[in-house]
Amino acid sequence: MNTPLNSFRNLPDERGHFGQFGGRYVAETLMPLVLDLEREYRKAQADPAFQAEFDDLLEHYVGRPSPLYFAPRLTEELGGAQVWFKRDELNHTGAHKINNCIGQILLAIRMGKTRIIAETGAGQHGVATATVCARFGLPCVIYMGAEDVKRQSPNVFRMKLLGAEVIPVTSGGATLKDAMNEGLRDWVANVHDTFYIIGTAAGPHPYPEMVRNFQSVIGKEARAQMLARTGRLPDLLVAAIGGGSNALGLFHPFLDDPSVKMLGVEAAGHGLDGDEHAASLLGGSPGVLHGNRTYLLQDADGQITEGHSISAGLDYPGIGPEHAWLKESGRVDYTAVTDEEALDAFQLLCATEGIIPALEPSHAIAAVKKVAPTMPKDSIILANLCGRGDKDIFTVAERLGVEL
Amino acid sequence: MTRLTTTFAQPRPALVCFITAGDGDTAANLDALVEAGADVIELGMPFTDPMADGPAIQSANLRSLGAGTTTADVLRYATDFRARHPNVPLVLMGYANPMVRRGPEWFAEAAAAAGVDGVICVDIPPEEDDALGPALRAKGIAPIRLATPTTDAARLPQVLEGSEGFLYYVSVAGITGKQQAQIASIEENVARIKQSTAIPVAVGFGVRTPEQAAEIAKVADGVVVGSALVEICGQYGAEAPQHLKTLTKALAEAVHSAR
Repeated sequence: MNTPLNSFRNLPDERGHFGQFGGRYVAETLMPLVLDLEREYRKAQADPAFQAEFDDLLEHYVGRPSPLYFAPRLTEELGGAQVWFKRDELNHTGAHKINNCIGQILLAIRMGKTRIIAETGAGQHGVATATVCARFGLPCVIYMGAEDVKRQSPNVFRMKLLGAEVIPVTSGGATLKDAMNEGLRDWVANVHDTFYIIGTAAGPHPYPEMVRNFQSVIGKEARAQMLARTGRLPDLLVAAIGGGSNALGLFHPFLDDPSVKMLGVEAAGHGLDGDEHAASLLGGSPGVLHGNRTYLLQDADGQITEGHSISAGLDYPGIGPEHAWLKESGRVDYTAVTDEEALDAFQLLCATEGIIPALEPSHAIAAVKKVAPTMPKDSIILANLCGRGDKDIFTVAERLGVEL
Repeated sequence: MTRLTTTFAQPRPALVCFITAGDGDTAANLDALVEAGADVIELGMPFTDPMADGPAIQSANLRSLGAGTTTADVLRYATDFRARHPNVPLVLMGYANPMVRRGPEWFAEAAAAAGVDGVICVDIPPEEDDALGPALRAKGIAPIRLATPTTDAARLPQVLEGSEGFLYYVSVAGITGKQQAQIASIEENVARIKQSTAIPVAVGFGVRTPEQAAEIAKVADGVVVGSALVEICGQYGAEAPQHLKTLTKALAEAVHSAR
């Protein structure tokens, strides 16, 4: 590919670094595995048969391309920019996570691995992983924080129906980061036959790059669809960020389009002024965790602090290293919205468009709600509707004081 | 000669003992280990997310942090240890984030001032050496690397390049405190490593009893025991020193007389 020298799309470097971020901060036991994974991924990238199988599964199994949808009543309600959505909640399994899982399981099979493990927060990545494991007949172990098992019981049942073993993790705060620790412990002890399907664009190189590339189907489709429908590019892209894979998937194909601004939306939980949020970029600082250097929620001694968000999928004290770099480079702006704002946006989309969004993209919608009225009516916002809200109705009911 | 090279220059194998800083009465526990015959001390820096550790050391990390242990406390334990035991090598072991939080130079400077001889950082492989290695070497602290059963012949030179003090051979692909590898596999791997390097090789992960330690000491320059000692700290609290002494004495006798 011919990219200009000043491109925002030619990282990471050969060591997996995005500027000072990224890298391969893993135990020696895993290092040969991570290097092997990178070699195999490079071979797969160069193999047209791999890409063809990936594309075929995305089309016929996942249901891609997902629609690009203009939201007329939300646009009218907000009274500013046109609001468009990339409908990745219509994918098989109801979120963008499946795109990456298809890519990684094809790689796992190529590498001769016979057992799959994954971590999950909200359960969307766990469901997507369990789904592809069932599809390809591989045993699947999902690590999930015990707190999240409680918060997301429908997804736990889904994973079990799909044949996965769900292991509740009780160490630490019993949420996503602890599930990831347990995943890494499993991997280090079963390196000979196990493939770890990481769910977000984080972890040791090549995961951040690989997950981004698999998810970039979102932005590639959206870019072509938007050009076909409107004859131009959007003015602003908006996406929610936990680890950041849906946002990178949307943003990356547009990074070298200077007219397109981008806004990543972190979870402010109860507010950025306190400790109860999950905004690693806006409320954290650089450090090393889970195989990469990135922004983390941490104390003065480098101990990791617990994130908080109403959305289990955003409740992670780190973020993909490419976002850390995009923030420092100034190419992407980042903001955060609170639990309350996300809940309001959730209800707004239900009422105006007949779409029940997941709590993760509800954060993106909340940001759209703030920014759209400030933009001219002929401008275009494209937000990623990365998951559907069926899994969240119990959480929302509880917060709204409704007994089901 | 540094304290580490002096210790490993002795004709007998060395016993390396690990405990987590801030888990119980650290000074009393460390004194018990030295008094009972430990040759090298590995002091664990507690971390919220000890990814390479099994349940015993995970719990010790959480107990220590729960008791409010800070990086300043860990460095103070080291400083006080050095004052009481001028000749016993002391190695800090832990994860990258607490070590690099204030910058690698800050950490290297503080560790050197505390009399630390070496640092084992679990999640900084040779590929990321820049993150800490140069700062440690500049202060005369040995960056101690790990080799594992997955470190093949092609990769070994890269691990050895820049390794100082001793090489820590992790005998099993797994987390701390779990099953022990077959002695035949340990013997083969240690021999393979020793063909490529002059630095001493210590073997750890899953070593719990004097019998196991003696077997390993026959083929290695040192034996590392961690989880079994950490479990004693967890089980006995303030009474831990006497129990640590009993186990360490048996381990030391077994290791020192192995060959």
